[in-house]
Amino acid sequence: MATILVDGRACPARTDENLLQACLEAGADLPYFCWHPDLGSVGACRQCAIKQFSGPDDKTGRIIMACMTQVTDGAILSIDDPQAREFRAGVVEWLMTNHPHDCPVCPEGGECHLQDMTVMTGHVSRRYRFTKRTHRNQNLGPFINHEMNRCIGCYRCVRFYRDYAGGEDLAAFAAHNDLYFGRHEDGALESAFSGNLVEVCPTGVFTDKPFSAVYSRKWDMRGAPSVCAHCAVGCNTIVNARQGTVRRVINRYHEAVNRYFLCDRGRYGHGFTSAPTRLRAPILRQDGIPVPISMATALERFAVMAKDGPIVGIGSTRASLESNFALRCLTGPDRFSTGLTQLEHNLTMQVPALLRATPARNPSLHDMESADAVLVLGEDVCVTAPRLSLTLRQTLRRAAFPAADTAKVPHWMDAAVRMLGSDAPSPLMVLTPAATDLDPIAATAHRAAPDAIARLGFAVAHRLDGSAPDAPDLSETESRLADTIATALRAGRRPLIIAGLQYANAALIHAAANIATALHATGADAALSLVVPDCNSMGMALTGGIPLDAVRTMARTGHIGTLVVVENDLTRRLDAATLDELLAAVPHLVVIDHIATRLAERADLVLPAASFAESGGTLVNTEGRAQRFLPALTPTMPVQESWRWTQQFTQAATHADAPEWTNLDQIVATIAHDIPALSRIIDAAPDAGYRLDGRRLRSEPARISGRTAVRANISVHDRPLPQSPDTPLSPSMEGAYSPDMPGALVPFYHAPGWNSVQSLNRFQQEIGGPMRGGDAGTRLLDGGIPAQVPEWHHDIPVPFVTALDDLLLLPEPRLFGTEELSALSPPIAARVTPATLRLGTLPAGQQDGGMVSLTLAGERLTLPIRHDPALPSGIALCPPHLAARAFTAPVRVQLHRDDTP
Amino acid sequence: MFGILRTLWLTFLHMGHRRVTVGYPEHKPPLPPRYRGRIILSRDPDGMERCVACNLCAVACPVDCISLQKAEQDGRWYPDYFRINFSRCIFCGMCEEACPTYAIQLTPDFEMSEYLRPNLIYEKEDLLISGTGKYPDYSFFRVAGVKIPGKDKGEAEREAPPVDIHTLLP
Repeated sequence: MATILVDGRACPARTDENLLQACLEAGADLPYFCWHPDLGSVGACRQCAIKQFSGPDDKTGRIIMACMTQVTDGAILSIDDPQAREFRAGVVEWLMTNHPHDCPVCPEGGECHLQDMTVMTGHVSRRYRFTKRTHRNQNLGPFINHEMNRCIGCYRCVRFYRDYAGGEDLAAFAAHNDLYFGRHEDGALESAFSGNLVEVCPTGVFTDKPFSAVYSRKWDMRGAPSVCAHCAVGCNTIVNARQGTVRRVINRYHEAVNRYFLCDRGRYGHGFTSAPTRLRAPILRQDGIPVPISMATALERFAVMAKDGPIVGIGSTRASLESNFALRCLTGPDRFSTGLTQLEHNLTMQVPALLRATPARNPSLHDMESADAVLVLGEDVCVTAPRLSLTLRQTLRRAAFPAADTAKVPHWMDAAVRMLGSDAPSPLMVLTPAATDLDPIAATAHRAAPDAIARLGFAVAHRLDGSAPDAPDLSETESRLADTIATALRAGRRPLIIAGLQYANAALIHAAANIATALHATGADAALSLVVPDCNSMGMALTGGIPLDAVRTMARTGHIGTLVVVENDLTRRLDAATLDELLAAVPHLVVIDHIATRLAERADLVLPAASFAESGGTLVNTEGRAQRFLPALTPTMPVQESWRWTQQFTQAATHADAPEWTNLDQIVATIAHDIPALSRIIDAAPDAGYRLDGRRLRSEPARISGRTAVRANISVHDRPLPQSPDTPLSPSMEGAYSPDMPGALVPFYHAPGWNSVQSLNRFQQEIGGPMRGGDAGTRLLDGGIPAQVPEWHHDIPVPFVTALDDLLLLPEPRLFGTEELSALSPPIAARVTPATLRLGTLPAGQQDGGMVSLTLAGERLTLPIRHDPALPSGIALCPPHLAARAFTAPVRVQLHRDDTP
Repeated sequence: MFGILRTLWLTFLHMGHRRVTVGYPEHKPPLPPRYRGRIILSRDPDGMERCVACNLCAVACPVDCISLQKAEQDGRWYPDYFRINFSRCIFCGMCEEACPTYAIQLTPDFEMSEYLRPNLIYEKEDLLISGTGKYPDYSFFRVAGVKIPGKDKGEAEREAPPVDIHTLLP
């Protein structure tokens, strides 16, 4: 720690940071544009000028750029120096010469970093009398609005998009005043992280297009801390809502998980909360006709159904722990299903055990960023866990830091460090059946069938540790590749192995575990991360239950009176014939869900559940971190949380030991008590009784507008705001708010003078570090006792054999369209492309784009061919759910030779 | 005794003074154009709605009696609904001061009494007038650098024509 003097005040500062960071951490208001905590400094905007004095006797000093100057102990600085102030005012005045006169019609207004910085420097009126340069805008697709007139040329967008996220299709054009940031032509931005431009851009050049359609100023929206439900990474988000609808989702900083960035699926996937398919009332199906009924009638009907035999429950990997647990209480653990087919069930159940048993670390996302050798084993993380792929991109820079240290270049000096690291990036090795977005930056990208990849994995483990089993009969190429990978991994001090359940192949995750164990034995600080499919797959694995196949057996033997399905569309899990057979054997089907799924269309009783935006709950992400999401909206009855419905069922069915939960905390406490693996979920977030300075936290900004007019068209009488018993956040602008509030409860970011998301700096202990009030969530898988003697997995698959007509059809999840909930969001739906069949070798007489038919999951499909010569022979890919609804796991298929069935 | 006589005398003297009380409602008081009475929404010289739904009036309102929702058509922002709860309004004029487009204006009309409070909820149809109000010439979109139908990029006041980003000339 060093001490710097800022305007006569001694402030502690870290010597590895720059003066801008040090000043901001000291609480000073120092304007800046081009610096970003995760993008580093380039010194482009000249806005953070301050004065440095060479000693106590130096009265003149010199102007320096704070972001480009390293902290030195005893540095004497002045932010308030008149010359420095004049310099900064001059810079902002130049930047504003071309800024259009359009703040009132700019969606950034009110949370604009440029507005904040202009006010901070004191620039009020335009002296420049000449014309403003103008630009034509581009259509950048359904996510992003483009208004280039507003650009101040800070280069943050291309630095994020190209340098950080690896995008190719956004660039700087033209020069000097005419500088233009855009694509070479109109079109949707291709990167999966384009939505972050909205938060990265300090002004309104890139704004949120779906949000603009339901626009509200930042000060008018209520916020609630939430967790993204569209993959298993568990990125922290803030849900903004107004007048009973979700308006947008923005990033919520979590030091160890998503930090500053979200993927587009998470940012734009919330549209399902107000989709036309939302369920708003209980529906009873009488003679095939759906009739809306009241809550009381619904519960009466359920009580009648419950008398017809045992109740069996099917939970869901997209429902919260609480919803699943309440169902488990209704049915009993023996009749509670995970809602997964046997294959998926077995794999999902294995993951936590595997992570606990492997001596290697189970890393958080931020932890992964410091890996210096990465092996991705048979998982396309770019689509199954997009935010994780962004982290993997950053690992390539790891090799640059020692080089930077040698050259005495500080790590935040972004351009210089990138230049140093561009020659020898850290190795990233991607072994997948099909090309991934990481391939262009990968040192090794190898295409093979999942079994062949698993064999390679076992071979690598054997090369790292002779006691690990070797894969027999490797080809010479494979053997050489295994050698290369083993050498690269052995050279790393913090190697990272990533595998997942995308191809439902147990050998893959076992091979990954073997490699991680072998690396750990060599003394390296190895890490193993396993990607699970859904936002609460890990929570379900820890809760436990029976697979769907066991439910089918129970149905066949007549052991089901009522089947209760919570937030699970079984049509996506079971093919039509299997589902028909199951439903035919079940007297009553009750579905609790927030959207009208195809399963709900067949249910006798459908109950409307609250979505993530209207309920609180806990999700466990892929690293085993339990995180709480809190309601941003109060659900309007009869919509209520799934666990409340299930609890009322239990009471209606007159169970002697019906649980009496009145709020979220009570059910969380029961879960923690009943399931030892989940005992720590209480610590995921403060409970509803949390008070700061004796008050609840406010969920609305202090200056929320229109309180007495917003519902005056309905009634002029004030009504008390609905209080939710599940959240410590008050529903109004009354309550406490401070940068010291717990990270799990931050409803929005604001600090005096800092209206934009950049105010986040004030909430962190140190910039880029943990939140001042503590980070959200709690890790559940830590504290396992790994075996002292390495336990090797021996299930090495036999070599993958290709048959002439036989294809192994693999699921090819997509960023947009294959995830159930986000696909219902209009902007995401606009990016979904039709399903294709990707083939390595074209069938005789067929060409790229031609139609081919096959029978898949009981459906006869005709799909256009996409020729992908890179695919290994005998492999075909088809997106799950898009073509055949129930297709999720690899299956052997044959293409039909002609159009006869 | 003296006090009573003095009071009577002073009252008697007032009989010769000019009357101050206005015989409202038979006589209307003369109100200056900048009197802060009933709020209206005006139109720009082209007859288009001036309000761009920027929400500044709503946030400036100390009694929170203004609520609106932004909508957009071809780059032009406008309020989807615009509601003022006049049973709460204190006619302070902060909304008018905050308005960047001269859309919201207070007028010299105060005769708004109603028997029923719901009748004091004014929607956009009740607020929007067909003229420009106190500011006859101003049009926000002629100044602002956004493109709207009939005004392309570079056609606002003090704007250069759009840059050709493909040119190599300085």
